[in-house]
Amino acid sequence: MSQAPRDDLFGSYSDQLDSRTFDEMFAADDVRDNYAAVHTAFSEMDALDVQARADSLASSYLDQGVTFGVEGEERPFPLDIVPRLIEADAWRTVDVGVRQRVNALEAFLDDVYGAGEVFNDGVVPRQVVTSSEHFHRVVAGITPPNGVRIHVSGIDLIRDGDGEFRVLEDNARVPSGVSYVMTNRRAMSAALPEVFADHRIRPVSSYSRQLLGALRAAAPAGVTDPTVVVLTPGVYNSAYFEHALLARTMGIELVEGRDLVCRGGRVHMRTTRGLEPVHVIYRRLDDEFLDPVHFRADSMLGIPGLINAARAGNVSIANAVGNGVADDKLLYTYVPDLIRYYLHEEPVLKNVDTWRMAEKDAREEVLDRLDELVLKPVDGSGGKGIVIGPAATQGELDTLRAAILRDPRAWIAQPVISLSTVPTLVEDGIRPRHVDLRPFAVNDGERVWVLPGGLTRVALPEGELIVNSSRGGGSKDTWVMADPAEPVAPEAPELGHHGVVEGLPPDHGPAHDTVEEPVEQQQQQQQATDDPEHATEEDPTC
Amino acid sequence: MLSRIAESLFWIGRYVERADDTSRILDVQTQLLVEDPGIDEAVSCRQLLSVMGVEDFEGTANRRAIMRVLATDPDSPTSMVASLEAARESARRARETLSTDMWEAINTTWRAIGSGRVRTMRPPALFAWVRERSSVIAGIADSTMSRDEGWQFLILGRSIERVDMTARLLSTAALSDGPKVAWPTTLRAAGAYEAFLRTYRGLEADRDAAEFLLLDRLFPRSVVYALTRAERSLENLASNGGRRAGFDDESLRLLGRARAELEYRPLADVVFDLPVEMERLQRSCSNATDAITHRYFSTETPMSWLGGAH
Repeated sequence: MSQAPRDDLFGSYSDQLDSRTFDEMFAADDVRDNYAAVHTAFSEMDALDVQARADSLASSYLDQGVTFGVEGEERPFPLDIVPRLIEADAWRTVDVGVRQRVNALEAFLDDVYGAGEVFNDGVVPRQVVTSSEHFHRVVAGITPPNGVRIHVSGIDLIRDGDGEFRVLEDNARVPSGVSYVMTNRRAMSAALPEVFADHRIRPVSSYSRQLLGALRAAAPAGVTDPTVVVLTPGVYNSAYFEHALLARTMGIELVEGRDLVCRGGRVHMRTTRGLEPVHVIYRRLDDEFLDPVHFRADSMLGIPGLINAARAGNVSIANAVGNGVADDKLLYTYVPDLIRYYLHEEPVLKNVDTWRMAEKDAREEVLDRLDELVLKPVDGSGGKGIVIGPAATQGELDTLRAAILRDPRAWIAQPVISLSTVPTLVEDGIRPRHVDLRPFAVNDGERVWVLPGGLTRVALPEGELIVNSSRGGGSKDTWVMADPAEPVAPEAPELGHHGVVEGLPPDHGPAHDTVEEPVEQQQQQQQATDDPEHATEEDPTC
Repeated sequence: MLSRIAESLFWIGRYVERADDTSRILDVQTQLLVEDPGIDEAVSCRQLLSVMGVEDFEGTANRRAIMRVLATDPDSPTSMVASLEAARESARRARETLSTDMWEAINTTWRAIGSGRVRTMRPPALFAWVRERSSVIAGIADSTMSRDEGWQFLILGRSIERVDMTARLLSTAALSDGPKVAWPTTLRAAGAYEAFLRTYRGLEADRDAAEFLLLDRLFPRSVVYALTRAERSLENLASNGGRRAGFDDESLRLLGRARAELEYRPLADVVFDLPVEMERLQRSCSNATDAITHRYFSTETPMSWLGGAH
């Protein structure tokens, strides 16, 4: 570790650190080794240069239309100029841990919508699942063609006070944010080319290919060249940008519910050449809106008859309907047990300590110390409904207490965990801000592939612990370092080349044939002006 | 191709062309108002508004009003700014099918409107800017889009809009009080002045100018050229290889008939009452659009035999 030279940008950075929080760049006053190059680069840049780069980053995002929607309005998604680095060793743990978790959740879902042995064996009370509003009996007994239900998952991770990764929550329904992983990388390589070149960063661009591969692998039996589509709720959805980006980079159609129609248990899309069959639907729509026949009858976003078509085995829905039982915050507390039960392994990534409010002893303990804990509604998302005890007023705590007593099943409690901090450009320089990490995993039925990167969300206000974009959060490009022992791009080039190629010089064209003619023309004109009496009538240009 | 996407592309073509042509028409008119001392500002502005299809205009028709209604007011559906915004909205819906370059060209144009840059421009600069942006968009489309169905719909939309708007441009010229100034300015607005001079060897007659903008088969902004281009796109889309008799596409019939009406009648007949003739042309464009919508974009399943596609 090296002593950090102090300059304006980092200024009073270390004053804002506290011992209970893990800062990913600094260990007290020393820069951690893996961040040395980034720290040096930013220390050498002057503040105006950094600001100019940050501004061009922002305007390039606006030009590209990289936005998320808030109440129907498009907002740019703030991208911080300082990258977040994850060393190869730490990533290996994440990679293994996420794969393990996804495999356990897959096994659990298969069990829930199948035999239900996990209940009979007493690992998870049946009531945990049946009382979940995301449990859909209509899909019981539907076995996906390649057995996969969680084609795409986002397991949210944080680093605790010791820097250890822990799982904060699972997302097995329609996790979003992967588009920013891809656009962030491109924007950052333009904004910080020299820093970028100093690191061996694992590429994230293959996500679309992996996803398309997994979706094609999920096609109904007997379909060799499936038509895959992305189903979006429409342009006013907050993640529309992402839906369009995924469809574009996979080269497949982005459809809305009204573009699809079910006939005779099969799904078709309306094209300029009539109806064409659809085999796999990567839906970015919640279960409740998918099919008005089975779910909300008033939904205009879905396709009537879709579930029946899936049951008939004519179309695959990714992610599967009913996955919500697996990423419920109450079920979360059982996941370590599920890993042991299904995989006979110890969890690689730990949970955050959690109390279930439905359990009487835990509830009593938590109610005594509400002001020290974080209370979360089990089916909330996007930071909605979370109450942070130490930051809440007495009135808020009283309301919370009443809410917990009214419906204990709806709440879990966790200790306040200080999310790790990463240097972030704010108004008065580079300061520590709290971050989390959402790695994305794609399951094609053969193996679970974890995108080496993931979305780092950063809470921009000082001290803020909720990193959600709807709460003034931004994002950071997440650089996963390549293992020194492994090549970054192991893929062999598909097109060969042998030896050095010499390009031909470009054809000249007549415009390059300079020399005499113009000189002659000028002389001609000169004669004409100098010596009017002998002016020639001849046209000088011929 | 998805019907919804096809529709978006068709309308991107139309909206961008509409902004472009509106700027050309406004350019002529604002110049005429300046250059021609004998012109009655109120009368000619009102005429312009009516040619541009503004029906419920209230207040004093003057230069400022036409700039507002036809150029800068985003709430006025006939304004250039509104057309560009609509183009961007259509592009957003077809985002995944557009090339990144194409999307960014449209999006940055839209951003300049939102950021207020447009409001600070003087009218001539604004007209030039709109023309430049639509050329950029058209150029990028030309160099990055595959010549597939999407391209055909984009070109179809652009061509139909060009017919419609050139018809309006011709109407404004014909209705103008000062035709001696009007026709050369109109030719310039259509970017056709030099092409016209070369074709007609510098003889400037109003009739020739009208003939050139209506009937020239080689100049890309002429009515007949744009009609032919639209017909070709429709033929490519229908691809009903080797029909022996007639056309089965209503929009193709409408456009073909409109073109024949222009090309196979004596010019004197056509220009006898040019504004009325031009209105008829606009109606053909409108009907053709309905027919295209019905056949290709309608959410109803088109009634056609697909022989073995299922």
